[in-house]
Amino acid sequence: MFSYEFMRNAFAAGTIIAVICGIMGVFVIARNMSFLTHTLSEIGFSGAAFGVFAGWAPLNGMLLFTVVSSVIVGQLSARSERREAATSAISALFIGMGILFLSLANKNASYATSILFGSVIGISVSDVRQMLWLSLVVLVVVFVLYRFLKFDSFDHTGARVKGLWTNALSITFLVLVALSVSVAAQIVGSLLIFILLTLPAATAKYFAHTVGGMMVLAIALALIGVWSGLTLSYFTNYPVSFFIAAIEAIFYFVALGWQRLQTAE
Amino acid sequence: MTNAPILKLDHLGVTFPNNPVFSDLNLTIRQGEVWSIIGKNGVGKTTLMRTLLHQLRPTQGKVTYLPSVNDVRIGYVPQFRNIDADYPLTIRDFIGLNLTGWKLPWLSAKERAKVQRIIEQTGLTELANRPIGQASGGEKQKAYLAQALVEAPNLLILDESTASLDPVTKTELLDLVTELNQRLNLTVLFVTHDIPMAQKYTHQYLMMTPGKVEQGPISQLTDDKVWEGENV
Repeated sequence: MFSYEFMRNAFAAGTIIAVICGIMGVFVIARNMSFLTHTLSEIGFSGAAFGVFAGWAPLNGMLLFTVVSSVIVGQLSARSERREAATSAISALFIGMGILFLSLANKNASYATSILFGSVIGISVSDVRQMLWLSLVVLVVVFVLYRFLKFDSFDHTGARVKGLWTNALSITFLVLVALSVSVAAQIVGSLLIFILLTLPAATAKYFAHTVGGMMVLAIALALIGVWSGLTLSYFTNYPVSFFIAAIEAIFYFVALGWQRLQTAE
Repeated sequence: MTNAPILKLDHLGVTFPNNPVFSDLNLTIRQGEVWSIIGKNGVGKTTLMRTLLHQLRPTQGKVTYLPSVNDVRIGYVPQFRNIDADYPLTIRDFIGLNLTGWKLPWLSAKERAKVQRIIEQTGLTELANRPIGQASGGEKQKAYLAQALVEAPNLLILDESTASLDPVTKTELLDLVTELNQRLNLTVLFVTHDIPMAQKYTHQYLMMTPGKVEQGPISQLTDDKVWEGENV
């Protein structure tokens, strides 16, 4: 399997994605932003389609759309009572735009499928390098802002009362999610990216005893999903995103069952 | 024990569009004093607290912290906090959240010792490693108080913190606050509807009614005044 360059690249890219998603996922879950993450991934699809239409690399289109829209989404959904509706409206608009750009670019359905569901074969060494740089940016910002992000994510009331710049933190966080979405969409696709940004962390919260532990476990679960998914996809020729989605969903349901047993005891 | 003014409100007023909340509020709070802020729902108690916390800009007058705002550290203990019961956030971790700043992600040995000291002071030693989402109402309030105390505030605001507690837990929490007030010369603002508790635990009162604010020593808060305040 590792004699093929594309598989080596896919494993390298998958490892980067799993680490980023494991860390960011903990904050996504704590901030109750799973649905918003889903919307950003749809915006990523629209951006990739725009990139194709404009003759750019899809990743650049994705970065442009997700980063700009994360700021807009953050502003529109700052008040939690209108978050769901605002997110739905933005999601619908961007899916429509994605379909329009694909149609204008005259690309066929298989191209749309690879943007939506990801592709292992297409990952080059330069893609991996680009992902690595973007991921390093995300990691450095999270490292620097860690205490502020942790306070605001796990105890928003306390952070607000302390006078932390919670709106700026929220927008910064969404930009980081946008970068993570653009990085991870390369393998699992824009439509399924929210799997890696939500399920490993959602599973980890039932087993971990500290936030740091939750992060380590989320990274481990994301790594297991991505590595196993790539391996199974290689041997069966079925889509990698199917395996990753199935593995992460199984982990999550097992965690839910385990938690129910614990509370029943 | 010093008795210097710590907070001064000069002709303070807040008006929302077409809705005056309160106006011309004058008040001087001295270090070590315990004030109860009382009044019906909707008279502006929370608006006043938000103004003191700089979350709202007054439309009239000003809030002055003395000698300067930098010397006043405010601890705030709300009634509720939205924390998921499944988060792996222990009470110890929760208290440590308040130690922010441009620092390394993990707490230093000195910061961990500070958290441990507060845990012991607030009687949370046995519960420190329990997830906060699984703690009882009283334990949560103690954890909120401990989090507010970790940055050594000199002004503590209890915003209806005891409203959902049973009488025994309520007394336990307020005994703890009284002890902190006496030991640390902590200034306390206790926002409450519970008049007997206010009479037992506070020195001064500020009663807010629509269009009128009254203040004085708590011994002067008679039943007639409370009845009048509640029925304006």
